[in-house]
Amino acid sequence: MIRIDSVTKRYPDGTVAVDRLSLDIPDRSITVLVGPSGCGKTTTLRMINRMVDLSEGTISLDGADITKQPVNTLRRSMGYVIQNAGLFQHRTIVDNIATVPRMLGWGKEKARARATELMERVGLDASLAKRYPYQLSGGQQQRVGVARALAADPPVLLMDEPFSAVDPVVRKGLQDELLRLQEELGKTIVFVTHDIDEAIKLGTMVAVLRTGGKLAQFAPPAELLSDPADAFVEDFLGADRGIRRLSFFSSAGLDLKTSPIVAVDSTAEQIAERTTPGVPYLLVTDLDGRPLGWSEPAALTAGSIDTARLLAYGRPFAAGKDSLRAALDGSVLSPTGWAVGVDDTGRVVGVVSQQAVGEAIRSAHAAVRPDTKAVG
Amino acid sequence: MNDWFRIPSDLQNSYLGLIGLHLREAVIPVLVGLVVALPIAQLCVRLRWLYPPVLWVTTVLYAIPSLAFFVVLIDYTGQTETTVMIPLGVYSLVVFVPAIVDGVRSVPQETLDAATAMGLGPVRRYLQVQLPIAVPAIIAGLRVATVSSISLVSVGMLIGNQGALGNLLNDGQIYHQPRLIWLSVITTAVLAIVVDAVLVGVRLLLTPWMPRGTRKARPAPAEPVTEDAAR
Repeated sequence: MIRIDSVTKRYPDGTVAVDRLSLDIPDRSITVLVGPSGCGKTTTLRMINRMVDLSEGTISLDGADITKQPVNTLRRSMGYVIQNAGLFQHRTIVDNIATVPRMLGWGKEKARARATELMERVGLDASLAKRYPYQLSGGQQQRVGVARALAADPPVLLMDEPFSAVDPVVRKGLQDELLRLQEELGKTIVFVTHDIDEAIKLGTMVAVLRTGGKLAQFAPPAELLSDPADAFVEDFLGADRGIRRLSFFSSAGLDLKTSPIVAVDSTAEQIAERTTPGVPYLLVTDLDGRPLGWSEPAALTAGSIDTARLLAYGRPFAAGKDSLRAALDGSVLSPTGWAVGVDDTGRVVGVVSQQAVGEAIRSAHAAVRPDTKAVG
Repeated sequence: MNDWFRIPSDLQNSYLGLIGLHLREAVIPVLVGLVVALPIAQLCVRLRWLYPPVLWVTTVLYAIPSLAFFVVLIDYTGQTETTVMIPLGVYSLVVFVPAIVDGVRSVPQETLDAATAMGLGPVRRYLQVQLPIAVPAIIAGLRVATVSSISLVSVGMLIGNQGALGNLLNDGQIYHQPRLIWLSVITTAVLAIVVDAVLVGVRLLLTPWMPRGTRKARPAPAEPVTEDAAR
């Protein structure tokens, strides 16, 4: 465990970057430091690997004061990933990744083998091994940065706004990749970002810092959303706090209706049989059971349903896997107000109305103090 | 044809011998200058306040005419190649110090941070990261210094038979032989161009990691690099 104990960073000109900060960073999980610029989050991160010297307090790693061991030994036991990756532009990708193993005295072949293995791990094609950084896209460079940090298998990973400089689509891919990697590797990750959505998505624990380097709140993301400590945190969380909190409730409990669903080749009897009291629409699926669109039962022509005239079905959610947020989103996007739940293969499992999603939300709020991990 | 390259006997050298002497007198001081400039530049990078005065000193040294250097040096090193080469080496500093300082400073901060965070000490950081990345800037300086040195060697004729192709030029004037003047001027120019081309080749060999404007874009799988093609 990394224990930050009433740490202060004061610069010679008197500026206080971090003010009596105490955090217990749990092992094998992602702890996110988030806050506006000037809140001391990067300074805090850099005090952990002693790139910045602390003025007061102590930081200990597994009980040992970090100032008591040689600085370069400490740093080699902590992977470090930064914005724009900071790759060595004069070295090939494979040599970039092999930097720390080589420094630790590994043989060239062993280090390269390890680097190649890591490239695969972070989703980089092996054909890139001999390329130079300028030949890679920003997202690929950032993957190299992560691989390089992991090369010597350090127990701790420090990440300083690693995904801030890439476009939103690539960023989402990198975030998902990090969560997947973390599931495999179980590192102790300290992650700095100014993006509260990123913090909520990635963090097991989230520390919100305010300007001047003071801790505003340290809590799991669901708790942050449900019980912000003060107006600053609430403000920083931004709008849609309630909606975003739904990411932490599973859609597994939703009562999916399976009756108002017909295949595209249905006969008049089947359409009549499927028409459900209280449900003004029928969902038409293709022969494989994938959704095509909604229609009023009366508008359907038995035997050959005109798919061009169907109402859009919005965005289906993965039933039981996605969160209530996805289900609510699906129901809001659909012009009928009904969301479509699908399985892994995209086949319809059932449909659910906005009202039913709303009830599920109310009962979920009532049932749990949300301390669960995000789903979907 | 061979008459073209016949050298007056007072130079006590063949045509190729003159070229060899000229190159030696031009290149050695530049290389020594580079070796001296490296630590000076590194000091200037580490101690920012040192850079302006160092730059000032190198500029002032550059402003001293070589004749003045010769007058002082001749008491110590005589009418030798060394006397010619010392001022040339000193002159090269005015090119090298800023070239290396700018080159080393051009290393992105995040690259340095990454190196520090990976546990590279200051020496390793300098040798493995800063210096290699500064190579293009250093070679750019080396090209300027070498070409200028090749043209300056001729001044060595002021202290006797140490100006190589410069003495050839001088002979042409003394003996009223335009052939010698042309031979000297053209040979000096061709030398400069060839040496410069060699240095460009060296840079290309040392920096396979630099984007090449003319090379066709090599798309990476899935995410093609298209910027190059657009340039």
